Amino acid sequence: MRHFTITDITNKEEFNCRENEYILYAMQRSGRKCIPVGCKGGGCGVCRISIISGTPDFGPMSKLHVTEEEKNSGYALACRIKPKSNMSFECAPKPKASTNQEASTNLQLKEVSQ
Amino acid sequence: MKKGIMRPGHVQIRVLDMEAALKHYVDLLGLIETDRDESGRVYLKAWSEVDKFSVVLREADEPGCDFMAFKVVDEEALVQLEKDLVSFGCDITHIEAGELKDCGRRVQFTSASGHCFELYTDKKYTGKWGLNEVNPEAWPRNLTGMKAVRFDHCLFYGDALAETYDLFVNVLGFYLAEQVLDPDGNRIAQFLSLSTKAHDIAFIMHEEKGKFHHASFYLETWEDILRAADLISMEDVPIDIGPTRHGLTHGKTIYFFDPSGNRTEVFAGGDYNYPDHKPVTWLSDDLGKAIFYHDRVLNERFLSVLT
Repeated sequence: MRHFTITDITNKEEFNCRENEYILYAMQRSGRKCIPVGCKGGGCGVCRISIISGTPDFGPMSKLHVTEEEKNSGYALACRIKPKSNMSFECAPKPKASTNQEASTNLQLKEVSQ
Repeated sequence: MKKGIMRPGHVQIRVLDMEAALKHYVDLLGLIETDRDESGRVYLKAWSEVDKFSVVLREADEPGCDFMAFKVVDEEALVQLEKDLVSFGCDITHIEAGELKDCGRRVQFTSASGHCFELYTDKKYTGKWGLNEVNPEAWPRNLTGMKAVRFDHCLFYGDALAETYDLFVNVLGFYLAEQVLDPDGNRIAQFLSLSTKAHDIAFIMHEEKGKFHHASFYLETWEDILRAADLISMEDVPIDIGPTRHGLTHGKTIYFFDPSGNRTEVFAGGDYNYPDHKPVTWLSDDLGKAIFYHDRVLNERFLSVLT
């Protein structure tokens, strides 16, 4: 089985990914934390990245978080792409659709931890 | 006050890939496929439920929840509820009988929190799956995976919780079973019930409207929850948290994700209520313990990972 090197440009972190493995799963397997982990099913958009170099195979992911146009310009959810070459990326979280200051203040929780 | 709404009836969930979704909802969770329709939707039920379906899966570009429906006792009550919804200011959509197979007409409306709900009275009564109606055995053989007993409730995230409370309590006849209050006394979580159950639906305050947190399915025992956790690991399914206990409702629980990122819960036990019970209150300063009773710390995922 082929292995590829995946590089996070922002944090200068590298990890190894098998050719049949989702990038986010490989990151977790290697003990790295450079991409936030959400539902791991292409639904929540937490692990959105911008691909700088390399090509992946795309699995199904929510159009709400990566539109067809965005996909063509290199955006992806890390939980739904498998590498076909060495790749580099940077995290690209999407700005929230709406912001309600009162609601977000209510959930500013002191104890939140990852 | 009771308005004739009996119980949760069904939930329609959007999935990115139907084949993968069925592995989750049938093979892993243990629901039973009862039908499919021309638009490709798949109908499922849990074995102890008496009607034909309680979960409908629809393939779509974005995961999430299309709507959750409640079953009303009879047509007269449904007509009255329609009137009450209109007086309250809700826009009503009428869905004709048969749009969901073997389901009668549905009345659809949207809550201030941005979620779509339905009321209906008729659905084909197929009886408990795999059991005789007379002298029924304890449980059916040939169940798969976690052997989910029933679809139990949904948790939704959205804003406008006060208006949503007003709709559910004063128009639809739910009562407040449990709540979380912030230091100013604002309700940031509301667990609402129609029955002696700890909740039939729940809402948590979130800046974005219309988000789906999870659909929950009932298991009998803590041992069943542990066995569910084993199956989750065996299948390498993404897990959110658990097995653990909630402070809220005191249910024993585990959360995991379907292949489209929709969260599923299986839970066992939990509190009960009668009409003389006061609502249970938790304080937002202790929200960690209220949500995860053992860790006493919230994970960021529980608050922010939604479809």
